[in-house]
Amino acid sequence: MNRHKSVIPGFGISMGITITILSIVVLIPLCSLVVFSAKLSFSEFVYTVTRPRILSGYFVSISTAFIASLVNVVMGIILAWILVRYDFKGKRFIDGIIELPFALPTAVAGISLTHLTTTNGWVGQIFYKLFGIQIAYTRIGITVALIFIGIPFVVRSVQPVLEKIDIQYEEAAFILGADAKTTFTKVIFPEILPAIISGFTLAFARCIGEYGSVVFIAGNTPYETEIAPLLIMSELQEYDYSAATSIALVMLGISIVILSINAIVQASVSKRVNGKI
Amino acid sequence: MELRKENRVLKFFFITVSFVFLGVFLILPLIYIVVTALRDGIMGYLTAVSDEYAIKAALLTVQATIWAVIVNTIFGIAAAWLITKYAFKGKKVLSTFIDLPVTVSPIIAGLIYVLTFGRQSDLYPILDSYGIQIIFAVPGIVLATIFVTFPFISRELIPVLTSQGTDEEEAAALMGAKTFTIFRKITFPHIKWALLYGVVLCTARAMGEFGAVSVLSGHLRGKTNTLPLYIELLYQGYDFTGAFAASSILVVLAIVVLILRLVIEKRGQKELDLNK
Repeated sequence: MNRHKSVIPGFGISMGITITILSIVVLIPLCSLVVFSAKLSFSEFVYTVTRPRILSGYFVSISTAFIASLVNVVMGIILAWILVRYDFKGKRFIDGIIELPFALPTAVAGISLTHLTTTNGWVGQIFYKLFGIQIAYTRIGITVALIFIGIPFVVRSVQPVLEKIDIQYEEAAFILGADAKTTFTKVIFPEILPAIISGFTLAFARCIGEYGSVVFIAGNTPYETEIAPLLIMSELQEYDYSAATSIALVMLGISIVILSINAIVQASVSKRVNGKI
Repeated sequence: MELRKENRVLKFFFITVSFVFLGVFLILPLIYIVVTALRDGIMGYLTAVSDEYAIKAALLTVQATIWAVIVNTIFGIAAAWLITKYAFKGKKVLSTFIDLPVTVSPIIAGLIYVLTFGRQSDLYPILDSYGIQIIFAVPGIVLATIFVTFPFISRELIPVLTSQGTDEEEAAALMGAKTFTIFRKITFPHIKWALLYGVVLCTARAMGEFGAVSVLSGHLRGKTNTLPLYIELLYQGYDFTGAFAASSILVVLAIVVLILRLVIEKRGQKELDLNK
């Protein structure tokens, strides 16, 4: 009877419901992925994922997601900073609108951003006429869509940490003669760095897998603007489940690596905070 | 004094940059959708949104969303209760599996259901003998929608239940209260705002899911097209007014979600302060 020491009844029923639904929705489908992957021959797997078109898909997905997430790190810090430290008109509006990318369907965002950034769109024509830059149907367009998708991640992870920083630290730094720049880089930045890394990795992982908003703006030219999720989609449409699964396995591997890096960083930070290093 | 002056310049700069950034990336797309939807006048808009297939697609989206909310609410409450009220082995593994669906690409989510229920699967002949079709049909769309919103409700409930502790439930249990009485009288009042918040998030994501649903849908007009898929179809057919008109419905819902979020957060916060 050491299984559950709690006196609260209902362990059996809550465990039953949880495991049943979890099995149907997550565990059984995941098992079928494992079973199906085990049936793939290794050489076929390697051949599929090293085809130039597939490699280029991975490169496009990773590079655009990385740049978009970097932009969101910079903007995320600025947004979190103004929301926590400043008072200004429209603050509540900004705080509310930041979540829009979570609430607005990705396909809707995708078609709207595409139309805005084509060479005769509202924004696209300015860039095209002034700088000769095309946004829609290029990698820049993909990056734009991914910036949209990733906006809330860094803000929402940095904001609560910034709120908790005691103003006394900054006062102490100021009295000791530090200027604003030194105070930020030496006092505030180290405090919010773990939150920045966490926000960055979550945004990065989300952007690599993003499909709905990107597929419209990308133009989907092979070797140029074809993202990895789209390659899975086209293999599925040709009923080539082995190829689709192979490409997906590599992407799952990339996500696991990204999320593990974050887990390691967060664990080492919490160790340091608890004084174990 | 010099420091303050510098800060004021910086403050102005940061706020301007933020407004421009959010204005271009978030507000402009919304304005564009509304303007394009109304391009052919109000009558053109009404014709586009009252199209037979648009209504069927909207109904399918509503159906999938309702299923996702029901299943994830039941699951969310059970899982959050299980994780916060009892000590047992494998809790961490369980939490990892619950959070897994949101870290997986929607296309991969669709793929794993195709592998599970598709023609090449061992389950297919069994389901087929009962006449059940899952992929390229409505059940697949519903499953995909449940999958992509899976942790949304439990994730809102777990922090609230953790901070509440187990003392009150233990006291009630020792005085002889039954499971559902404890839940209804003690736990539920604590979690109702978090639950409502989770439902709102779940609804928002469920009605907009595109990638996973796109893999599992048969793309049959009027049968297995959800609203986002219907928008894609119109867009690819160069019916931009129709596509943006249908999009505007989802834009309105997204704005309602954002407002509800702020209201719920405020109400929940107020109640929390009162309890203290």
